[in-house]
Amino acid sequence: MDRDLSPQDKKDLDKFIKFFALKTVQVIVQARLGEKICTRSSSSPTGSDWFNLAIKDIPEVTHEAKKALAGQLPGIGRSMCVEISLKTSEGDSMELETWCLEMNEKCDKDIKVSYTVYNRLSVLLKSLLAITRVTPAYKLSRKQGHDYVILYRIYFGEVQLSGLGEGFQTVRVGVVSTPVGTVTLSCAYRTNLAFMSNRQFERSAPIMGIIVDHFVDPPCSGQRPATMGHPCNYRAPDEEDGFAGVQDSQEVCTTSFSTSPPSQVGCTRSFLVLHAGKEGGVLLVPAYPPHGADAHLTVEHAPNTPGSSGDGDGLSQSEDGRRDDGRRSASPTDPVEALNAFTRKVGAFVNRPVTQITAASLDLPFAAFAPRGLGSEENDPMVQPPDSPPCPSPLQASLHSQGSEGSGPQDDFVMIDFRPAFSKDDLLPMDLGTFYREFQNPPQLASLSLHISSQSMADDLDSLPEKLAVYEKNIDEFDAFVDMLQ
Amino acid sequence: MNCRSEVLEVTVESRQVEEAMLALLHTILLHRSTGKFHYKKEGTYSIGTVGTLDFDCDYIDFTFARVSSEELDRVIRKAVSEFKDALSNSGSDGMGQISLEFYQKKKSRWPFSDECIPWEVWSIKVNVVNLANEQERQICREKVGEKLGEKVINVVEVINRHEYLPKMPTQSEVDNVFDTSLKDVQPYLYKITYQITDSLGTSVSTTMRRLIKDTLAL
Repeated sequence: MDRDLSPQDKKDLDKFIKFFALKTVQVIVQARLGEKICTRSSSSPTGSDWFNLAIKDIPEVTHEAKKALAGQLPGIGRSMCVEISLKTSEGDSMELETWCLEMNEKCDKDIKVSYTVYNRLSVLLKSLLAITRVTPAYKLSRKQGHDYVILYRIYFGEVQLSGLGEGFQTVRVGVVSTPVGTVTLSCAYRTNLAFMSNRQFERSAPIMGIIVDHFVDPPCSGQRPATMGHPCNYRAPDEEDGFAGVQDSQEVCTTSFSTSPPSQVGCTRSFLVLHAGKEGGVLLVPAYPPHGADAHLTVEHAPNTPGSSGDGDGLSQSEDGRRDDGRRSASPTDPVEALNAFTRKVGAFVNRPVTQITAASLDLPFAAFAPRGLGSEENDPMVQPPDSPPCPSPLQASLHSQGSEGSGPQDDFVMIDFRPAFSKDDLLPMDLGTFYREFQNPPQLASLSLHISSQSMADDLDSLPEKLAVYEKNIDEFDAFVDMLQ
Repeated sequence: MNCRSEVLEVTVESRQVEEAMLALLHTILLHRSTGKFHYKKEGTYSIGTVGTLDFDCDYIDFTFARVSSEELDRVIRKAVSEFKDALSNSGSDGMGQISLEFYQKKKSRWPFSDECIPWEVWSIKVNVVNLANEQERQICREKVGEKLGEKVINVVEVINRHEYLPKMPTQSEVDNVFDTSLKDVQPYLYKITYQITDSLGTSVSTTMRRLIKDTLAL
């Protein structure tokens, strides 16, 4: 039976699809905020909860979605896509997944709009809630923080999957047939995250051509270039972020802070946290730890030498602004300046004082261990290990080869910071550091002291003949034992 | 009417059993729960709102979304906990199956009791392994997380085929289709049962039947 859709049904269907699209975007973006979502069930219907699901509406996200849709609805050949990408603090970015809401021509004229289609759209939204927690980007987004943030971008039209790299996987969330077409919701996600580890010390232009004023409020929200993503995160208003002119989000939500061990400069994985800015555009504001805590970059791999692994103590809060400046002024083409803008604490055995990092140093491994003046710690007796010999580690050698002003390994002791491997926080007392210091020079074992050893030696020599006799008697036992072991 | 039957299989370490079962059962129930119905005059009804909640597993590298209802969570946890205890007490090599069955009640005339007609059965087969060291456990944490993700995708795929669902009932029939005992949400009528298999693959004792929700006990 082929009957045309009544005007009321058509109107209802259009409304359902429009709000379904908006809710889809909300679910996806909220799932990449980096936080656990919790909404309450309510037995009494409020009338405003579309599809009988409690899904909060973040105003900026709704605004962005409506802007992308521009009054149209997803239709045949016109898909609504939400692209989730990751952007590191270094400026590297990578598309992680693309969620597509598509419509095809396959119609089901007999289906009841106001009842069946509505309920099935509700089930599809629930499926979306389930699937958004399953794709790899979810775990990444939960760990986002100052190392990296997650961006989202909504676009309308043709689906673009080329940015997902080779071998991307697709998962279909579900389909709902309607009298005007079949709604399909799917996700294509990247499986190849390998490029992140290789880009550690590269300073090439970011893939997406992020513009320089990324962290500044755009004069009007409509001016964002199409390729720029919007961050999705809420930043607590009392948090310092070092970005002048960034408007606080009016939402108060806790952000996630990285507690991973300190790392080298070129941090690898980070998840972008979508920040909801105040105005229409959503601002990219990496989440920073609260004032006073150290920000740590996640480590890709720690070098083997104990000295070098002590590096990467991260940026202190006051440096965030400088880092931002570095990043802003650095732009993709000026990595050296960006690197110089960083101040970094150095690892054990790394020579002080601070020098300018030359461009050549950037090409060397451990170039991140740029020495810097740490005046505040020069006189700290806890930090100086006076007894440690100046061991010429390869790390030190490489730094000296850069022509730094520091003295060579064969000079007198140089006061250096002592940063044990995997030490998390250099402000608080370091148990690990204390341990290292204590056991670097352990006291002599009593049994090895000279006069005792000489006495026992004499005794041993005397008792040897007797012992040998006993052993010869039991030789069969020993042979049997040896056979048993073989 | 044929009952739809789906089987999911997972291999987990013993301390992961509970969370793995919760993840799958809650995912299914999320899709099979609606808001509370409020019947109005003229045979119309309005539906309440279902909230959701993210749950991070402790022993598995996995997070799942479940219905935001403490009552429902308690019921499911109780059933899973009994299953877990039965598994560990069975002394077998740790194989068992927990089933979530959605059914409809069909009223029969007295003296016959009401019939429970299942329309969808989810069977989750569990295989418990023992791991030797912490490194293996770490690997297992991640692997089981990935596997659970695949199972969730399977569940979603089945549910989105939009096959048979009971018709929306009138007010007098609502208890034959839905579990109306919870305050905040209304899942379809369901029951959770489990059985433990011994190493020969047969049921050890008779199937232990636990009726978690039974509105009319006759």
